Amino acid sequence: MNNREKEDYLKDYSILKGEGKSFFPYAVAKDGGMAVITMLVIIAMTLALGAELGPKADATTTSFSPRPEWYFFFLFELLRVVKPPELTFVATIGIPTICLVLLLMLPFFDRGPERNPLKRPIATLAGITTIAAMAYLTILGARAGSPTEIELAAVGQEDGKRATASSGCLGCHRIGENGNEIGPELTEVGARLPRQAIARTLVNPTAPMPSYAQLQKQDPEKFQDMVDFLASLK
Amino acid sequence: MKLPTPPIPKALKPKPARPGSGSSSNGHANGGGNGRIHDLRPGTSDGAGNGGPPSKKSPGIDRAKLKEQAVEVPIGAAAWLDERSGVSPLVRGMLYRKVPRGTNWFYTLGSATMFAFVSQAVTGVFLAMYYNPAPTEAYESITRISNELFLGEFVRGMHKWGATVMIILIFLHMARTFFFGAYKYPRELNWVIGVVLLVLTLAMGLTGYLLPFDQRGFWATVVAVNINASGPVMGPYLADFLRGGSEFTATTLSRFYAIHMLLIPGLIAALIGAHLYLVAKLGTTAPPWLKAEKAKALTKEEV
Repeated sequence: MNNREKEDYLKDYSILKGEGKSFFPYAVAKDGGMAVITMLVIIAMTLALGAELGPKADATTTSFSPRPEWYFFFLFELLRVVKPPELTFVATIGIPTICLVLLLMLPFFDRGPERNPLKRPIATLAGITTIAAMAYLTILGARAGSPTEIELAAVGQEDGKRATASSGCLGCHRIGENGNEIGPELTEVGARLPRQAIARTLVNPTAPMPSYAQLQKQDPEKFQDMVDFLASLK
Repeated sequence: MKLPTPPIPKALKPKPARPGSGSSSNGHANGGGNGRIHDLRPGTSDGAGNGGPPSKKSPGIDRAKLKEQAVEVPIGAAAWLDERSGVSPLVRGMLYRKVPRGTNWFYTLGSATMFAFVSQAVTGVFLAMYYNPAPTEAYESITRISNELFLGEFVRGMHKWGATVMIILIFLHMARTFFFGAYKYPRELNWVIGVVLLVLTLAMGLTGYLLPFDQRGFWATVVAVNINASGPVMGPYLADFLRGGSEFTATTLSRFYAIHMLLIPGLIAALIGAHLYLVAKLGTTAPPWLKAEKAKALTKEEV
């Protein structure tokens, strides 16, 4: 916007403002109505959905599913879309940071005088695309189940199977038909990595995977079962 | 050199005598307000003072005078505050500023977001009264809130779902601002403040998720902090700051608690203040499809 456009805008605005009504009581009444609706929605959701509380946090044994609040699903799902592990940090930090900077800087690169959404096709389309992408990723995130069972015909590994299922690997990894696809698939991990490498990764993983060092310390047998089971997947 | 004498503030000038003041029980004093402030008194009708003439048997109590004093108190208090703070022009400017014609229900989303924040603050204060941010106690104190306290589960539910409602409202408010082009000149700064408020609100969601200390929240937070750690340059430091060390320990929970209930809410409240100040100063945007007609503009300008 150049100076003339700025002046034009301010002049137009002051006329439109002059034709308007005073904030109190007209806008205040609408805001008040909206506040009442907001309150009623919150109360209705509370009464209908309650406040669930899962089992107590436990850093060692666990059947955890590291699922965030629903409004972070779209970030969570980005991890699933970006497959190769070298690019994980692009999904975790890169894309969200770039989007945030673009959002923050919006008024500094979109400086045209036009405000009507119908006459700003690029901005309007970009906005709709962003909303659609976020909605799509959120729905994907909501659909992704968090299975706690492994249905894989590995013979004689009952302890290891149970240990793996209860340690939450499936929150991020796929084994056979189960699990999420955030981390690399483990269905044939035994063919890719030797036992020692699997154990080392469990103790000292790459972010964002949590470490199982605690489990190794507190329940070495269970840890061993888990490593045995994973190494047997070929 | 002679300095001009400053004018005496109206409030300090001697008031004109009230008509009918004196011993009359019918204290009918509608005429003598002090001019600065509207007479807020309920219409003192003739019937109001009809408790009979003041009792001559108790000369110490002049009922009419007492009543007048009682009526004077709120006016006096408002005048007292105004004289010392000078706040009334600000309040008047805030309340009676014009809102452009054509504003609709979409324009209530921002205030609704603020209302959701207030609701979160109130329910949060009550939760903080009973919550204990120690790893061995946190889960138990939440169970106690849910199961033993009067309305405890209700307040916790309101806090939980209030967060969801606030997130939805803040995104809707941002969408409105975006599609109406309301972030353009002269409101660029307010857009930036709004985006910071959005990030802070999401950070509230993240830090609050850990506090009940159940499995979901705990592991989601472990992963979230690990994601932070994978960031370049600042990442590992930020993760260490959040955890209070390189491991997830007892410090982590109290740290998240302090960030969740002191640091971020303080920032949000301050930034909402700045946001509102700019809205009041620059005015609410007009709907983008309205254009002031040029002919009108000319006549208006001449007037």
